[in-house]
Amino acid sequence: MGYVIKKQGESRSFPEGEAFLEGASSEGDIVLHLGTPFEPDAGKTAVLVELEMECLGVHTGENAGLEGSNALGFARYRNGDEAPSNLIELVRQPATDDSAIAAARAIFEAAGFEVAVSADQAGRIIDRLVRPKYNAALTFLDEGLATADDMDMTCRLGLGYANGPIERLEQGGLAHHFDVTKALFEVYGTPAYAPGRRATVAKQRRSAE
Amino acid sequence: MSTNIQKVGVCGAGGTMGAGIAIVASRAGFETACFDTSMEVLDRARGQTEGFLGKSVDRGKMAAAERDAALAGLSASTDMDALADCDLVIEAVFEDLGVKRELLGALDGICKPEALFASNTSTLSITEIAAGCDRQDRVVGMHFCLPAQLMKLIEMSPGVNTSDEAFADAWAWTEAAGQQPVTTQDKPGFILNALLVPFNNDAIRAVEAGVASPTDIDKAIKAGLNYKMGPLELLDLVGLDTQMLLCEAFYPVTLDPRASAPPLLRRMVAAGHLGHKTGRGFYTYDDNAMFGG
Repeated sequence: MGYVIKKQGESRSFPEGEAFLEGASSEGDIVLHLGTPFEPDAGKTAVLVELEMECLGVHTGENAGLEGSNALGFARYRNGDEAPSNLIELVRQPATDDSAIAAARAIFEAAGFEVAVSADQAGRIIDRLVRPKYNAALTFLDEGLATADDMDMTCRLGLGYANGPIERLEQGGLAHHFDVTKALFEVYGTPAYAPGRRATVAKQRRSAE
Repeated sequence: MSTNIQKVGVCGAGGTMGAGIAIVASRAGFETACFDTSMEVLDRARGQTEGFLGKSVDRGKMAAAERDAALAGLSASTDMDALADCDLVIEAVFEDLGVKRELLGALDGICKPEALFASNTSTLSITEIAAGCDRQDRVVGMHFCLPAQLMKLIEMSPGVNTSDEAFADAWAWTEAAGQQPVTTQDKPGFILNALLVPFNNDAIRAVEAGVASPTDIDKAIKAGLNYKMGPLELLDLVGLDTQMLLCEAFYPVTLDPRASAPPLLRRMVAAGHLGHKTGRGFYTYDDNAMFGG
């Protein structure tokens, strides 16, 4: 199934030179908006909007839990400015067409990506789950539970992670963690998402530069 | 790292964790006295240990002579007096404060005054456990990871009354045993479970909130973060009843909402959907084959 890409500016999911960009056609049943405004098109099998931290509903509007069409959101997971992972989080609404999901999944999987389908919730799957854990690690560090090295080593040796939470935050950027958790905290309002002290400091320093 | 410890006692050595700890000690060349309340469980653990060390030889990870020496250094008894001359006694008994305190009190009357006591607790306070004996200065937290015979990590925690000397002696022993210790404060869950238990609860809540299916959550976490297992696969492996016990141990102490048992977890445990062990959890298991949700 062919796909058309409408692109403006740099895409976080598909930086310049990505093979997926080269695979696009001038015509196709699927349209992907990479930085261009969402345009509904009922004549297509699926219309995809690249998301940052916002929900798909920001682009499509919502209707008391009945929203859904051939429109989907998506984002390729990245930890800050690190290289994108191989994961595509595909965002659906309550009444999204199953055929649209299947078609979107098919083009991404054909390009070699892993696809996980998420409801249209803030943080989708990964940031929703992992950001509170990173916040906890920052709190533990401040409270002296363990050193950063010991926390990271514990996660590598005890859980088989590729890297520990503090390493992960350093690699992705504490200021980026601040931005993500601030956005999640505004939606969920629970303390687990409140930006950690060290992330707040990093953000303030960056803002002062 | 050198150590003055020569003989190690393991309480609860008939259990999975205790047997693994005994392997760590005996494999490193320490005379190891295994204690439990039933000779039957000790005999079973002995058989499993022989099997494990035999496979280590088959796979070229240790020489046959080293296996023979490790097995020769292992003794087993249901008589606690067999621990009297141990330099270090590691307890890995049931995760219950009263049981552990009573055990340390009994050991206190049997073991030589200079012996170190270590607790393998994953949830309880070392300080509270140590209060069960009159040598609180010589009690340390020594949390091994499951399976202990394969995992290098040990979370080491001093209690409020633990002396620096005792902690250093215990630390030196873990290194002499070929393990990788890390230091953590005496707080619920130490490092590993303090991060993992709430994270796993968050994954359960995400399922309950309809964010994604267990399959999609696990796939996202593995592909996006390079974790070897997704949180829901891990919960099925560990057992949902175990997660429930961890929540019940942590939440009353920390009052962290993320550590409280999610309603879905409670319902699944009540329904007998405990994971691998009952054939159904977040996934369904048939003859060890996993079927995604």
